[in-house]
Amino acid sequence: MLSATGLPVIEATSFVSPKWVPQMADQVEVMKGIGRKPGVSYPVLTPNLKGFQAALKAGASEVAIFGAASELFSKKNINCSVEESLQRFEVIMKAAKEAGVPVRGYVSCVLGCPYEGKVAPEKVAHVAKRLYSMGCYEISLGDTIGVGTPGSMIEMLEAVSKEVPVNALAVHCHDTYGQALANILVALQMGISVVDSSVAGLGGCPYAQGASGNVATEDVVYMLHGLGIQTGVDLSKLMDAGAYICRTLNRKTSSKVAQANCKL
Amino acid sequence: MGNVPTTVKHCLSYEQLIQDYPWLKRWLQEEKTITGHEYPEFVKIVEVGPRDGLQNEKEIVPTGVKIQLIDMLSGTGLPVIEATSFVSSKWVPQMADHSDVLRGIQRAPHVRYPVLTPNMQGFKDAVAAGATEVAVFGSASETFSKKNINCSIDESMLRFEEVINTAKEQQIPVRGYVSCALGCPHEGHIEPSKVSEVAKRLYAMGCYEISLGDTIGVGTPGSMLKMLQSVIEEVPAHALAVHCHDTYGQALPNILTALQMGVCVVDSAVAGLGGCPYAQGSSGNVSTEDVLYMLHGIGIETGVNLAKVIEAGDFICNALRRKTNSKVAQATGRTL
Repeated sequence: MLSATGLPVIEATSFVSPKWVPQMADQVEVMKGIGRKPGVSYPVLTPNLKGFQAALKAGASEVAIFGAASELFSKKNINCSVEESLQRFEVIMKAAKEAGVPVRGYVSCVLGCPYEGKVAPEKVAHVAKRLYSMGCYEISLGDTIGVGTPGSMIEMLEAVSKEVPVNALAVHCHDTYGQALANILVALQMGISVVDSSVAGLGGCPYAQGASGNVATEDVVYMLHGLGIQTGVDLSKLMDAGAYICRTLNRKTSSKVAQANCKL
Repeated sequence: MGNVPTTVKHCLSYEQLIQDYPWLKRWLQEEKTITGHEYPEFVKIVEVGPRDGLQNEKEIVPTGVKIQLIDMLSGTGLPVIEATSFVSSKWVPQMADHSDVLRGIQRAPHVRYPVLTPNMQGFKDAVAAGATEVAVFGSASETFSKKNINCSIDESMLRFEEVINTAKEQQIPVRGYVSCALGCPHEGHIEPSKVSEVAKRLYAMGCYEISLGDTIGVGTPGSMLKMLQSVIEEVPAHALAVHCHDTYGQALPNILTALQMGVCVVDSAVAGLGGCPYAQGSSGNVSTEDVLYMLHGIGIETGVNLAKVIEAGDFICNALRRKTNSKVAQATGRTL
């Protein structure tokens, strides 16, 4: 359904071990089962070489790797230091280059860490720079716990844009504290033109139980269209996809646009 | 802040600070530049939860609870708390206890407690109950005006003129509201020029501040910018406030846009009280907690203690047996 909305990129699945992420255990069937729309990319997460090889075998034509700007988060989340993870990624980058597969890099905890608290913008810039120089074509900067505000977003982007050109940056804002759209707005004002979001705001926050996580694609598109910015996305088709997944998951949408529209 | 100690600063309201340190006003209005965008040093929060919030809640709240909510809010540092509305209880039963509420609250020094007064009758009742500041409610949409207060915009202006003139004689300041500033549930798109026309009239009549309301929350930073550009030609930015509804999740970016245009007064409601009567089940007012979190994160002073506002929000949500609409309150209530 998302493939029909005009979205240019749809992150399809994750080739992480099902022991850690059981929700993505059907990664191969999903990859093989979707009807790929021409012109749309379907990147998948690949945390290590094994995952990369499995992804390629399942037909992936773009992959993503996930670094962190916080040492503690890296250790607790993927069981190694930031430096060790970057070395793992170098291995994937080499294989991806040989296979002609583009790689997107993520940096998590860019505006705060659930364990370390404040994260220095210079640390974010350092990790972003490493991923970019390794060959990632785009670096997505994630406010993993949604604590960022326009103040900290600007500070962080100023540091990162000194190391990575702004046209290779994306923002991945969580709406846990309701700040996502405001943060995205200032990122746009700083020249960022790639935004990550999730239909219906799917995905809660594992660090603040009951709180929201990803920003809702519907709400982002509503704002961008209101600003006169083109996205190529059909908002009503997007809302259909959101309604479908919420019905299936038996949960309310986290998108305010969807909530407002279905009851007028 | 130079010579004023931080602790003292937080105890005083903005108005008191300006009285004691006349040089401060100019200093505070100097803008703070963050990468080409300027933000005010200080933003005044106008807390509308007890009025706009409770007026739009399904459950009618007992007088004692209203008073307790306002008393709790009075202890947070909020400089303005809209206490109640002197509208006929036939139309707004939730505010039927207006006089009891106004008489029952413990007024904190340096906090203002404006009340809505749609006409002379309401104004007289408000003054009799001890009101020291009032507000009048205009609309940028003819259809909304007719359906909401049963008269045209022009007719409503005549009514307000009477209230404002009488208020002037009694030295009672009047705040003006313009609803449907970014869209109307009946007319749809609203021309920015219509908003500026109504804002200009209210300002010229003597309202000290005009609060521009995105009544159905359909506005985006795009339409907010266009509307403010038009209004600022007629009313100076320092006399403007924004009253954003979060029905489409756009309130915070809209407020941010307004701040970038020099507006430094923001209306909000604790716990995001008050749904949207035009989109059933949807949210209405933006949450004071979420606004504060954003402003403080940008380094803007408000004088408000966020933790105390969250407490007041918890109190009223328990009393209403409903969940908070504030994401900050939701997140801080349950962290691991």
